[in-house]
Amino acid sequence: MIMNKFTSIFYACFFTVFSLNCLAEGKILATPGVSQIEGSGGGGIVPWAQLAGYATEESISASAACSRVTVKDFSLDSCGVQANFYDRIELSYAKQTFEVNPLKLDLKQTIIGAKINLFGDLVYTSLPQISLGIQSKRLKTSDVAFALGAEKDSGTDVYIAASKLHLGFINGYNWLWNITARHTKANQIGLLGFGGANEKAKIQLEASTAILLDRHLAIGVEYRQKPDNLGLGENHWKDIFVAWFPNKHLSVTLAYVDLGSIAAIDKQTGWYLSTMWYL
Amino acid sequence: MKRKINNKIKADVEMGMRKVTQYLMLVILLGCAACASPESSKNNSSNASLYQKIGQKPAIDNIIDNLVNLIGQDNVVFSHFAQSNVTHFKEKLSIYLCNITDGPCKYNGDTMQDIHKGMHIDTNQFNHFVELFIAAMEASNISYPIQNQLLARLAPLRESIIKM
Ligand code: HEM
Repeated sequence: MIMNKFTSIFYACFFTVFSLNCLAEGKILATPGVSQIEGSGGGGIVPWAQLAGYATEESISASAACSRVTVKDFSLDSCGVQANFYDRIELSYAKQTFEVNPLKLDLKQTIIGAKINLFGDLVYTSLPQISLGIQSKRLKTSDVAFALGAEKDSGTDVYIAASKLHLGFINGYNWLWNITARHTKANQIGLLGFGGANEKAKIQLEASTAILLDRHLAIGVEYRQKPDNLGLGENHWKDIFVAWFPNKHLSVTLAYVDLGSIAAIDKQTGWYLSTMWYL
Repeated sequence: MKRKINNKIKADVEMGMRKVTQYLMLVILLGCAACASPESSKNNSSNASLYQKIGQKPAIDNIIDNLVNLIGQDNVVFSHFAQSNVTHFKEKLSIYLCNITDGPCKYNGDTMQDIHKGMHIDTNQFNHFVELFIAAMEASNISYPIQNQLLARLAPLRESIIKM
C-alpha cells in the first residue's frame, strides 16, 4: 500500500523533474531542509521558518515526502506534499497512519498546513528568517482518543518559527538553528485527539540545530515539547539525524528518535527514515 | 487523584522547561565554542587571513576564470553579462575579493549599489550567481570550510546588489 503510494509519487516527480527542470533553483543545496512528519517544511519533527523547497521570490516549487517512524510498540507512516509560492507562502497536506501494535489497529490523521514567511532570509539577511504557520489536524479514527479522555478529534496548531543559517560559522562549517513556539492542544501530535482533563501548558517549545559537514550532508538534533493533556505521562520528543542531499531533487533523512512514553507505554525509541522529492 | 496528576503535570512541564533550557544552553555553547574558535582557526595557520587561506591572488583569479566560464554557459545570469568587458570585470572582481578577504589590496571602485544599478538583478539570479560561485570555487579545489568563509562575506552583499 505505502509502497504503491511511494512509487506513484516517485513517477510523478520523475517525469515532472524532466519537464520542469530548473523551475526553482534558487537556494543553496540543503538549506530549505526537509519535510517534517506533519507535512510542513522543517526538520524531522519540528517545523522550521524556511518554506519547503527551493523556490525564491520569483518562483514556485512543489515537493513531496514520505517517512516512516518505527519505535518499540508503534509505527507512524506519513506522506505529505508541499507547494511553495514565491518563498512567501507554503501550503501542505499530509496523511498519517499510526500503527498501534498492542491493539493491532491503525489510527489515521490528515493535516492541512500553511506557513507564511513574515520576514528575513535564512541565509542572506543578518536577522533570522521568521515565519508563522498553522497545522489544521483531523483525526479520522477517534475511538482510541476518546477512550483515553481526549475532548476533540480535530484541532489547529499555530506556531511561530525563527531559523538562521550561519555560513562558515563553526570553523568554516555552516551552522543552522531553529526555534519554534507552538500553541497546541494535540495529544501525541493529534493521533490521540485534542485536549483532555489535564490540559495546562499550551505553548510548547521546539528546537533544532544542525551542521553541514559538506554540501550534501547535514547532521543535527531536534527537541519538541509536548503537552500531557491526557495525563498519561506524554513525553517530549527528541531525535538525532543525518540528512543527505545528493541534488536539488532528492533528500534522504535517517534519525534515531526517542518518543518517550506513548499511551502510557514507555521507552518508545526507534528509527525514522524519510525521503523527499523536490521539483 | 486529580491533584496528583496536576502535580505530575506541573513537574513534567517544569522538567520540560528545564530540558529545553539545557538543550538551548547546549546549542548556545556549541555556537560559542565555535564563535570563539573560527578566527582561532587562524591559530593553526598562525594568523593567516582568509586571503592567504584561499591561496592568494592565483587562487582568486583561478576562481574568477572558472566563474566567468560558468557564466558564459549559463542561461539564468548570462544576459546581464552579454555586453560586459570580461577583462575589466575580472580585474575589478579580483581586487574586490582580495579586499574583502583581508588581502593586501584596496578596492576603490564603485560601490556594489552603483555597479549593479539598473541591472534589476532578482533574488533568483543572485542566488544562482552564488551557486555558480560555489561551483567555481569547487573547480578551483577550494576546501569546503574556506568556501563557506568566503560565502559568509559575500552573502550580506545581496541587499546592496539585488533590485537596484
Ligand atoms: C556577491 C556578489 C557580487 C559581487 C561581489 C559582485 C562584484 C562585482 C564587481 C567588483 C564588478 C566590477 C565593477 C566594475 O566594473 O568596476 C561587478 C560588475 C558586474 N556585476 Fe557583479 N557582483 C556580484 C553579483 C552579481 C550578480 C548576481 C550579477 C548578475 C546576475 C552581477 C552582474 C554584474 C555585471 C553585469 C557587471 C558589469 C560587468 C561589466 O560590464 O564590466 N553581479 N560585480
